[in-house]
Amino acid sequence: MTEGLNNPDIPIPDELAGSIAITTLDKIYNWGRRSSIWPMMFGLACCAIEMIATAASRYDLSRFGMEVMRPSPRQADLMIVSGTVTKKMIPVIVRLYNQMPEPKYVLAMGACASGGGPFKEGYNVVAGVDKFIPVDVYTPGCPPTPQALLHGLITLQKKIDKQSILKVNWYRKEAIPAIPIPILGPDLIDPRDYEKIRNLPPVQEESTAEA
Amino acid sequence: MTENVEVPKELDATIQSMDNRFHDIVTLDDRKSYTGYLVPVENLIDFATSIRDDLGYDYLSSVTGVDYFPEEKMEVVYHAYKTSGGGALVFKVQIPREKPEVPSLISVFPGSDFQEREAWDLLGIRFSGHPNLTRILMWEGFEGHPLRKDWKEPFFEEEKKPYKNRWPEGGVYRIEDEVPMGKNVKYPLGFDPQKWTPEEQTTFKEDMDSEAGDNGSNGSAMHTDQIVVNLGPQHPSTHGVFRMVARLDGETVVDLYPEMGYLHRNHEKIGERNTYIMNMPYTDRLDYISSMSNNLGYALAVESLMGIKPPERTEYIRVMMVELTRIVSHLWSIGFLLNDLGAFFTPALYAINERELILDIFEATAGSRMMCNYLRFGGISRDLPDGILETVRELVNERLPRKIDELDTYLTENEILRSRCIGVGVLSKEDAIAYSAAGPVLRASGVSYDVRRADPYSIYERFEFDVVVRYNGDVYDRYLVRMEEIRQSLRILHQVVRDIPEGEIQTGKALYQVRVPAGEAYGRVENPKGELGFYVVSNGKPNPWRYHIRAPSFINLTALGKMCKGEKVADVVAILGSIDIVLGETDR
Repeated sequence: MTEGLNNPDIPIPDELAGSIAITTLDKIYNWGRRSSIWPMMFGLACCAIEMIATAASRYDLSRFGMEVMRPSPRQADLMIVSGTVTKKMIPVIVRLYNQMPEPKYVLAMGACASGGGPFKEGYNVVAGVDKFIPVDVYTPGCPPTPQALLHGLITLQKKIDKQSILKVNWYRKEAIPAIPIPILGPDLIDPRDYEKIRNLPPVQEESTAEA
Repeated sequence: MTENVEVPKELDATIQSMDNRFHDIVTLDDRKSYTGYLVPVENLIDFATSIRDDLGYDYLSSVTGVDYFPEEKMEVVYHAYKTSGGGALVFKVQIPREKPEVPSLISVFPGSDFQEREAWDLLGIRFSGHPNLTRILMWEGFEGHPLRKDWKEPFFEEEKKPYKNRWPEGGVYRIEDEVPMGKNVKYPLGFDPQKWTPEEQTTFKEDMDSEAGDNGSNGSAMHTDQIVVNLGPQHPSTHGVFRMVARLDGETVVDLYPEMGYLHRNHEKIGERNTYIMNMPYTDRLDYISSMSNNLGYALAVESLMGIKPPERTEYIRVMMVELTRIVSHLWSIGFLLNDLGAFFTPALYAINERELILDIFEATAGSRMMCNYLRFGGISRDLPDGILETVRELVNERLPRKIDELDTYLTENEILRSRCIGVGVLSKEDAIAYSAAGPVLRASGVSYDVRRADPYSIYERFEFDVVVRYNGDVYDRYLVRMEEIRQSLRILHQVVRDIPEGEIQTGKALYQVRVPAGEAYGRVENPKGELGFYVVSNGKPNPWRYHIRAPSFINLTALGKMCKGEKVADVVAILGSIDIVLGETDR
């Protein structure tokens, strides 16, 4: 990275070489952001244990500037969804996501957060956190090894590198709408689905049983 | 424990010697391969009081329900033990399915509190006389009781696995494409979400009511308001997604309710659709820090139903893995107790360092660091790889004892640790037994009860080790018990790596589809967190009819409110840390 900063394509006079760095705003902006991603200290299930192991000395997350885990969503850049997302928990997760300031990223760690995993069929399980909040990186595994999580985080860094300050949505004038918080009713209710739920075919029970 | 299959003769004698009044009403459960006694509903409380006071069965380990759907009845199964050791006294109540109502045993065994609420939540069995019979794992207002056999989840495909469309033909489709809206939800007919009003949060209800009343007075001259503080489910010190609602008077906790279910992953419902072997990897994900010992509990339960025993070498390997797991779990627990006390992450780093070395052994042997899925019925999935035994020898003979001493030097006499822990969160011996606390929580309260000794399983009766007991029942003693148990585990491991024989690793042929005769079994092991029990009912089919987990983390929480009452709010996290819960097991 620094090499790229010191050797741009633009000619620099010899006497200034080494003391002047020319780069694009995007590069320096993204370099700063991707080198200090603060994850939210937020463990859901088994994967949280591997997340802690990744933060510990053998795998050492701090090599990537990510060791500053913040318990408050207000100070966090990255939500690592580390485990099974249940219906009882999803309102809290969405609320936490809404409380994170932009720019914010979500990494779905493990099979459960990505798509329900081994517990997908369960009555209290949300089949993947992406049903409610946008996910940037999916890390497979059950649980992903610390190496896999690191790979996921490096993938996120690459993604950040590609963003442009002119196009990112958090500098636009219009506010980014918050995600409506699901409600715990007779079953989980997504406020975006009100219309669909009202118009459900009355034979729902039978059609499910035959499927 | 595994002897559950045959009717214990001496138990029968104890019942005979009991007060005459139960002779005619209590009947032996004479279904094939079932044990225990059937007690009429109206005599349940009398009977429970009598076995506790007259026969010494003072420890109610497990309460669960079974839905015998074809016979139109429900059954509540109780497993009681003596804290002096020995086998179970199983007693059951049968009730009609349309109106399942059983008197609550909370007045006799307060430890039945959460377990009864769970049975109400998941099976719809009403426990009359229970002071707070609300849902515990699902939320209030959820439609239906999911563990009933006629209740189908939205992603329901077939009654039993393997699903016909997947095996043997191998057709694949996404269940999302088959259900309305493509989501894992279902609603009552004609449900209108916008006309629906949420149920009141019961945890808060009482607080709201009392706040309206004369709650301002705390009896002292200065009138202060009590406030309700919510901790979690997203909180750095709740060890996962656990929530506590505390009522505070100043900094003192007046009342505290644990609230769980945020990680309720439906182990039991999924487990009853799975075949027997399919449940093995799911047990890994119960207490995900000690997967090997979870495997053992389940394997023991099913093996006792099948009537097989693993070969000698396997027994040794199992004990080796389970004791290594215990070290992992206790190290983790000690590290994170220090986290909760404010020594953020540094002590945990020392503990995690050693844990990684043990995980390397698991990875080399079972193929996975955490989710080992290593045990099989009558065996293990594969033998130890070359050279791993030397690694274990080096670790348990050289490195770990030194490292444990090091941790001990840094922590045990530490001024801050002592002043934060001694005398905090006291649980008396009587309360610990009454609340069915298990594991280090029970032993720190002066009860010398370790399933490995009290009711030996596997080959534990061969090994020399001490049951660690401390007598003050506070946070510090729980810490000391864990520290000492690591040393005792190392002592067992010394003997294991010395004596481990060569030989077969599997009794009979390793099968994907095991034949399990009809009957019931309760397999229990001393997990690092406490007594882990698996209650399995088979009807001879390839899938278990009932698969219930007695989770130590869950039941130990029954006493949390009691321990926290009168303590400062800052100590609540330390007390919770000293119970050492794992949410995967608490919520299942």
